Amino acid sequence: MEEKREVVIRIENLEKQFGGRKVLEGISLDVYKSETLVIVGGSGCGKSTLLRHIIGQLKPDAGKVYLFGKDITKANEDEMDSIKKRFGMLFQSAALFDSLTVEENIALPMREHTKLDDHIIKIMVKMKLNQVGLRGFGHLNTSQLSGGMKKRVGLARAIALDPEIIFYDEPSAGLDPVVTAVVDKLILDLSSALSITSVVVTHDMNSVFRIADRIVMLYKGKILQIGTKEEIKNSKNEYIQQFINGTIEGPMQFFAPDEGYLEELTK
Amino acid sequence: MNILQAIGRVTLSAGAAIWDVFALFFRTLYWLFYAPLRGKFIGRHYIFSQMVFAGVQSLLIVFFVALFIGMVLAMQGAYQLSQLGAVRFVAALISVSMCREIGPVLIALVVAGRVGSAIAAELGTMKVTEQIEALETMAMNPIRYLVVPRFLALIVMLPALTIMGDLIGMLGGYIVGVYNLGISPGLYIKTNFDFLVLKDVMTGLLKSFVFGMIIAMIGCYMGLNTKGGAEGVGRSTTMSVVVSFILIILADAILTGLFYFASV
Repeated sequence: MEEKREVVIRIENLEKQFGGRKVLEGISLDVYKSETLVIVGGSGCGKSTLLRHIIGQLKPDAGKVYLFGKDITKANEDEMDSIKKRFGMLFQSAALFDSLTVEENIALPMREHTKLDDHIIKIMVKMKLNQVGLRGFGHLNTSQLSGGMKKRVGLARAIALDPEIIFYDEPSAGLDPVVTAVVDKLILDLSSALSITSVVVTHDMNSVFRIADRIVMLYKGKILQIGTKEEIKNSKNEYIQQFINGTIEGPMQFFAPDEGYLEELTK
Repeated sequence: MNILQAIGRVTLSAGAAIWDVFALFFRTLYWLFYAPLRGKFIGRHYIFSQMVFAGVQSLLIVFFVALFIGMVLAMQGAYQLSQLGAVRFVAALISVSMCREIGPVLIALVVAGRVGSAIAAELGTMKVTEQIEALETMAMNPIRYLVVPRFLALIVMLPALTIMGDLIGMLGGYIVGVYNLGISPGLYIKTNFDFLVLKDVMTGLLKSFVFGMIIAMIGCYMGLNTKGGAEGVGRSTTMSVVVSFILIILADAILTGLFYFASV
């Protein structure tokens, strides 16, 4: 039914436990070239843990993760380094190095991983800054930036080495709706103009329906459903309906049942 | 039974921490010696900026601490030695005790408080704000880019500071000895150096080399293992100073014992 598309990330039967509690259970997933895949789920559903496994920061208990066809659960440090140079990551808190200026932050991966001349790096840094709409802000210290600007500088740093994949960890966390829309537009621009594959972890449903090509719904470490925006919107699954509509009533329970409350109080 | 359990739990966690510090130490040695052979060098500017911070910027505090401790030693020594009519040996007392013991230990403690705590706070902040993870995803190993420069800076600069401190301590003794106790300048300087042998200086420097490793490793370990936000950074910073102090004194006792029994 679907035309053959190049798979850049393949996850097979990923399992992970933390202290006896299963955080990821039998996750299998393919991510195709130049698509925007959004991983959605409530707090503590394992979506950040899944992302940490894909970028090789965590090792699974069982299962495999392939990036560009290479099994990163078995890669040694040198192999992992060469894979890491092919993707970028935007962290939730942007994770800019506060001992460096904006310019130096973006230049750092180029300085360390390329043999480019310093004045060429300076030009490239300006281009990256322009791409995220922050032309002329290079000389600032990271402490002088607002939250949204930090995110955009983080994005400029993530695309410094012209990656093939960009991972976004909660790109809209802590941003106002307008800045969220700006960041979403940048994500869309990058994936359409440079055909970069994007993997986004978020729980902001507005931004999910703006940027996603496909959506993965995660609940308690398991995949509920993978599908397009329409498929998810029209899903029969009660958990998914509760999540995208943000209702309190539904299969996900947030309050302890009333039975036994009186005994607990008076015990 | 509960006391035994508590003791067991503390012992186990302390054992795990010691193991982790040694693991960090060996990985540091790997990046320091083996990785450069495979063409992975450490950028010079990372090392120099740390050397400036750990060494050059510690000069003022080292100057004052060493100067006053030299002066104090002169006065305390004179109080005792005057009863024997041997006040001029104050010079020898200061030079030998500064080089063998007080210089290395005192300056290590000062540097642990100033530099070790700063390392723990900086790396701890980087850890809790995802900066360490960002380095890793940029294929930049934190040991290589953060730990090794600080380690190198401290094992080079702490002995250097100790040499300065030894000399400044002697200067402090000279000031009291000549201007207060009335020893003639020539006699003071002669006594100062007559009783000082190369071994005194070398054992002192060897100590401060080891203290430098301790400060760097504990500061980096505490920083990289920080958990839980700003409070965690504070805890790591305090712990780095406390643990460094204890380990410096412990290592001092062990090394002094070794030198003492080796020379008998």
